[in-house]
Amino acid sequence: MSNPDQPLLPPPAGANAPLDRMVAEIRRSAGTNLLGLLLLLLGLFTVFSILLPGAFLQRGTMQAMMFQLPELGLLSLAMAIPLVSGGLNLAIIATANQAALLMAWILTTQMPPDAAGGDVWLWISIALSAGFLLCVLIGLVTGFIVAVIGVHPILVTLGTQTLITGISIWLTRGQTLSGFPDALIRISNETIAGIPISFGIFAIVALGVHILLTRSVLGIEIHMIGSNLESTRFSGVDTRRVQIWVYVLSSLLCWLAAIVMMARFNSAGADIAQSYLLITILAAILGGIDPYGGFGRVTGLVVALLILQTISSGFNLLGFSQHLTLALWGFTLIAVMAAKRFTSAMLARYRSASFQRPK
Amino acid sequence: MRKLLAPVFNRSESSLAVVIIVVVLIFSVSSPYFLTLSNTADLIESYSVTTILAAGVFVVLVSGGIDISFAAVASVTQFIAAMAATKYGVPAFPAIALACALGALMGCVNALLTYYLNVVSIIVTIATSSIFYALLIYFTGGSEIYNLPDWWTDRVVFLRFETASGDFARITLPMVIMVLVVVVTHLLMSRTHAGRQIYALGGNPEAASRVGIRILRLQLLVYGYLGFLAGLAGFVQAHRVHQVVPTAMFGTELSVLAVAILGGASLVGGLGSMGGVVLGVLLLAILQNGLNLLGVSPYFFDVVIGLAILISISVTAVTQRRLRAKRGNSELRHE
Repeated sequence: MSNPDQPLLPPPAGANAPLDRMVAEIRRSAGTNLLGLLLLLLGLFTVFSILLPGAFLQRGTMQAMMFQLPELGLLSLAMAIPLVSGGLNLAIIATANQAALLMAWILTTQMPPDAAGGDVWLWISIALSAGFLLCVLIGLVTGFIVAVIGVHPILVTLGTQTLITGISIWLTRGQTLSGFPDALIRISNETIAGIPISFGIFAIVALGVHILLTRSVLGIEIHMIGSNLESTRFSGVDTRRVQIWVYVLSSLLCWLAAIVMMARFNSAGADIAQSYLLITILAAILGGIDPYGGFGRVTGLVVALLILQTISSGFNLLGFSQHLTLALWGFTLIAVMAAKRFTSAMLARYRSASFQRPK
Repeated sequence: MRKLLAPVFNRSESSLAVVIIVVVLIFSVSSPYFLTLSNTADLIESYSVTTILAAGVFVVLVSGGIDISFAAVASVTQFIAAMAATKYGVPAFPAIALACALGALMGCVNALLTYYLNVVSIIVTIATSSIFYALLIYFTGGSEIYNLPDWWTDRVVFLRFETASGDFARITLPMVIMVLVVVVTHLLMSRTHAGRQIYALGGNPEAASRVGIRILRLQLLVYGYLGFLAGLAGFVQAHRVHQVVPTAMFGTELSVLAVAILGGASLVGGLGSMGGVVLGVLLLAILQNGLNLLGVSPYFFDVVIGLAILISISVTAVTQRRLRAKRGNSELRHE
């Protein structure tokens, strides 16, 4: 977790100075924002606990929240990596659905219905590998058009989104596939030590993406191309390789989301969960990821997801419609952006005031 | 010869026009029904709502923004106008004016938030779109309105031809509104002061504000205009399908955006022309109709659109890069 009071690294000497300062800036940037989001989450918990005594702060409610969070969470991570790199991936839902359809097709039509024991696991691993390869392919193609042909990621993924959904609909004729082995369904309805398996997957993946983005060379390079693609290229980074990695990683997170979604809905189709697309952008921005690229942290995103889930569960318990929840999510995003704008204006005034004091 | 053609072929619109001519020739040879008068008229009418929305989205794209709340705005204004007409008997023109004014107002909300929060407009409009749409479904409960008044649903035919084969081709209200919107948008963007300022804003916002362009006022115009057109598109859509369904327009955001982009409008702003957007719509319409007549499964159509978008943006990117390289060389030569 980041510490908002963590001091800036002293300006180091040597050839790596700009890079080190950049790393320090990345580590520091989420600080104030994260504190605000945590306060908001705490506030929401308090309000719902008072409004719903004995119903909200309960093991069952918390567990229900953990069951609902993973699919949106994994898809938001798939959106977050391109956003940090200064791009966007509008094809995440299409990718996840197509991967789910491929895996579902293998499990429902290719696997013999009387398979048992080890055979089931064999078929599941075949299906998972096929989905994995499909997502790598989609990521490579997207990354190639973005990096090598040099088209804006919004345009590219608008095209791939239409193309991928088109192929899914064409091959399935709009039908859904369902009826998967129990071993797969278990992911989304069983718990280990009170924690749903799907939530465990999400937590491990989120931690992995966090470490990748903040501690690995590729992660720092992703931040750098988000800040300034040209100057990153001139500083000797192969930006094409980084951009291709961004879309491969994003598509692989879609593959994980696809597995969780298959387990949760027990079906796969070309048009499932389309409404999640814009919500993942909403969650990422709420979590403090800079829409212009270059800045953003997984911790902020996770807190933002918890905020959205808390609003949703709280409203559900209060008996409000799910649509009102969506409206409140929109309001929350605007309010948080307004608060951020207000505090940054205040900070700027404070800084210029303290700068003038010594005179 | 090459020099003569250079100004024509360097523009993405002309390459789009060439593609359209080729596609039309192929389809005309392979199907006798393609490009008959009645077929063309039906085709144009079925793309009227998309074209009206794409015109508004085009203006926002030129200004350097992206607005995806238009589908929600169209749904909300459509429903409120329909409520006014059915419950309170509001006559035709006040009801249409109400829809357009409400749309413009909602567009202005987007402009104000974008300007004062200093956030990219795609993020703002994702938030407002969720709010508009969610509140609409919440208050209506997703209910539909079927008993629209006659003035709304009656087909208005301005002209009617009888073709040689005995079919009728009609010039209908949606087509007339669509043509008006295209002409007005074209004039706004190419012949007015405000239009030039919108290009300037999209090309370089910093420079635009330095030369004294009032950005807030311009953004209110741009987003308000899209909202206005969304109100109009909502009206036309209900006119065509004879009912108001809150979820009918939902999910069309990305396809309208794709149409505007296919026609050469750039996401970076400052580029594109209304003519290009019309060509983009034309290409999609012709492809859909031609594939239909050839008996290709309608399920395959999205695959074709996706490929068309990917090819078009890739070709545009490559030609623009080559153009820039050429310009760089000639500038060097001058020095």
